[in-house]
Amino acid sequence: MAKAATKKASKDKLTQFSKDEELKAYYAMLLIRRFEEKAGQLYGMGKIGGFCHLYIGQEAVVTGVQMAMQDGDQMITSYRDHGHMLACDMDPKGVMAELTGRQAGLSKGKGGSMHMFSREKNFYGGHGIVGAQVPLGAGLGFANKYKENGAVSVTFFGEGAANQGQVYESFNMASIWKLPVIFVIENNGYAMGTAVKRSAAKSEELFNRGSVYGIPGVQADGMDVRAVKEACDIAFKHCRDGKGPYIIEMKTYRYRGHSMSDPAKYRSKEEVKKMRQEHDPIEQSKARVLEGKFADEAELKAMDAEIRKIVSEAADFAQAAPEPDASELWTDIYMEAGE
Amino acid sequence: MAVNVLMPALSPTMEEGKVAKWLVKEGDTVVSGDVLAEIETDKATMEIEAVDEGVLSKILIGDGTENVLVNTPIAIIGEDANDVSVAGGSEPTPAPVQQESPQQDTLAQEAPAQVSVAPEQVIPVDTEIPEGTAMVETTVREALRDAMAEEMRADENVFLMGEEVAEYQGAYKISQGMLEEFGAKRVIDTPITEHGFTGIAVGAAFGGLKPIVEFMTFNFAMQAMDHIINSAAKTLYMSGGQMGAPMVFRGANGAAARVGAQHSQDYSAWFAQIPGIKVVQPFSAADAKGLLKSAIRDPNPVVFLENEILYGQKFDVPDLDDWTVPIGKAKVVRAGDAVTIVSFSIGMTYALEAADRLAADGIMAEVIDLRTIRPMDMPTIIESVKKTNRCVVVEEGWPICSIGSEIAAQVMTQAFDYLDAPVARVAGKDVPMPYAANLEKLALPNAGDVVDAVKSVLYV
Repeated sequence: MAKAATKKASKDKLTQFSKDEELKAYYAMLLIRRFEEKAGQLYGMGKIGGFCHLYIGQEAVVTGVQMAMQDGDQMITSYRDHGHMLACDMDPKGVMAELTGRQAGLSKGKGGSMHMFSREKNFYGGHGIVGAQVPLGAGLGFANKYKENGAVSVTFFGEGAANQGQVYESFNMASIWKLPVIFVIENNGYAMGTAVKRSAAKSEELFNRGSVYGIPGVQADGMDVRAVKEACDIAFKHCRDGKGPYIIEMKTYRYRGHSMSDPAKYRSKEEVKKMRQEHDPIEQSKARVLEGKFADEAELKAMDAEIRKIVSEAADFAQAAPEPDASELWTDIYMEAGE
Repeated sequence: MAVNVLMPALSPTMEEGKVAKWLVKEGDTVVSGDVLAEIETDKATMEIEAVDEGVLSKILIGDGTENVLVNTPIAIIGEDANDVSVAGGSEPTPAPVQQESPQQDTLAQEAPAQVSVAPEQVIPVDTEIPEGTAMVETTVREALRDAMAEEMRADENVFLMGEEVAEYQGAYKISQGMLEEFGAKRVIDTPITEHGFTGIAVGAAFGGLKPIVEFMTFNFAMQAMDHIINSAAKTLYMSGGQMGAPMVFRGANGAAARVGAQHSQDYSAWFAQIPGIKVVQPFSAADAKGLLKSAIRDPNPVVFLENEILYGQKFDVPDLDDWTVPIGKAKVVRAGDAVTIVSFSIGMTYALEAADRLAADGIMAEVIDLRTIRPMDMPTIIESVKKTNRCVVVEEGWPICSIGSEIAAQVMTQAFDYLDAPVARVAGKDVPMPYAANLEKLALPNAGDVVDAVKSVLYV
């Protein structure tokens, strides 16, 4: 068997984004950022219940992945999923209305923050059990291969889930069956409150965890959307060439707690501040936009205003929309034949 | 002194087998380790080796003899070709083809002398099978295979995955011949990794396929519980009806024989509690085939619980191009007016035998085969109880929070005024399954327990 090509990507040789790409990435990341800020605000007001895991800080990961995807490719992830849904072009109003538990939510208010899906947009959830989405995502890849539809399943999980046994069961089968799956490890450094160093053997090279299964892996700077996209371009080609699965470890960071109820006492304020100041994916993109003269400050301000309007409308909609009818309690448990 | 070569037991449930082919002949010298013959069990063809050294002086059971009971002498190894004097004396006798049922002996002893003629049992007309349909004697094993094969011919998106389903031809020979017909793309051997391959199958169902997942036994499905329940059962609801998991989880469930605590338990009650999945547990081959076809077509996840001991049993199966049995419908298999006995799967063996024995006492039991555990066909049970006013539930599973518990509660709620006695439950004992033969027998229910329970609700 060929030795799996595992390596850390170099930042120096990154392909620069075109104007369109950079503006698209900036817009997509900012939409996620503003949406999540609003979700956090609504949670604080008691409008959103249960668990709410924000994606702030990690926006470049899903944005870069999405930019490398083609029509028909699928995405599946854990419960930190709002950003993925927006990246999949799911309606912000529908996402926000699900967070507030309303009939107009993408799951009719019956799924909540952690459980949303869109067959139309090829987003397969939104899964609340850490690591469970990994074999499910491999299964989507299995279906792609079975149907010979050329699609690739992108399966996201955190560095915490990377210690689950089922991840390695999935690696094994994905490799022997050559499933078109990209395993994206979003390594934000903390599995809830446990630093990766304390929970993962050889924590500095999670990208290498498929090597014994013959799965190539790379590490990419998950705070730089260009690095994410570049790693994904290679991975998608690998999958579409019928070479089987691929692993990308995205080094990223979440600014907020694990969930809204996490005070994040396990890390210093300075650490968070440093990441925000020096590595923020949106600020990096903004600097490139301005430097490349893709847009000026005024244009970016207008873009921000447009995004704020979308998010604010989504929030208004999510609060005004009616709760699900009581009859919904009993629907969607079983599907009737022929549905 | 010569020694007998005995028909070996080659699996936990094997009671008899076929001497397929002798690989040595009379007069041959054999040493321990030599392969003597091929023995066909209901699951596989196996070789038996000599343990003793000497000359094969006589072959007692020839090539191709079927239904040879375990422990029957099949050959003699002596000191020379003429040595056939086996320790313990008498000339070995050929195998009896069928043992007398000890339970029938008991029945003969217990039956009151004054009852000379049992009242005639009423077998209800089977309305599910068109009149005049030819019937084919089929084992449950073959019926399950036929069901899968027919559905795979009809729908490209149906595939089978599990441990040893393809090249090995099935650990219990259920998928025999399927790899040859459908190829490795659709009959897929998995590594031993239930958690992972179940998750992959659920993902494939999300992706538009219709997987059949075979668990070698449901004991191993415990490793996959999260995906069966959290991923397969709940997604339709959590997605507001957008997507679910149309698939079947099937395999051997319940006690086999002498395999101990970790391999012997009935999971009906576990799965029956979960909204979002259907749970089926057939008894007869006709129901096994018809229900499995329905399960594969069903747009929901279906847990299809089989029983290893029933795999080799033969039943009449309708010879129809497309024989299906609806999920969620119980079946009255014997009509009666004295008591309603409700059971399913191998429990039906005890229920039907008890009904025979009760009939000899003039007690006519109505026997209902539940067939589907969830959704449970309560109307059929209630209708019967309204007629008989008494109910006994029979299952091999544990008694606490059991299927019997549920039926008792439902009957109490829906037919309280019709009951002349509390609902009785006959179940496995509330202990992990012991290994010792006598203890295992004590842990499982039997027809006598059912007879006793019926008599208790009749106050006789």
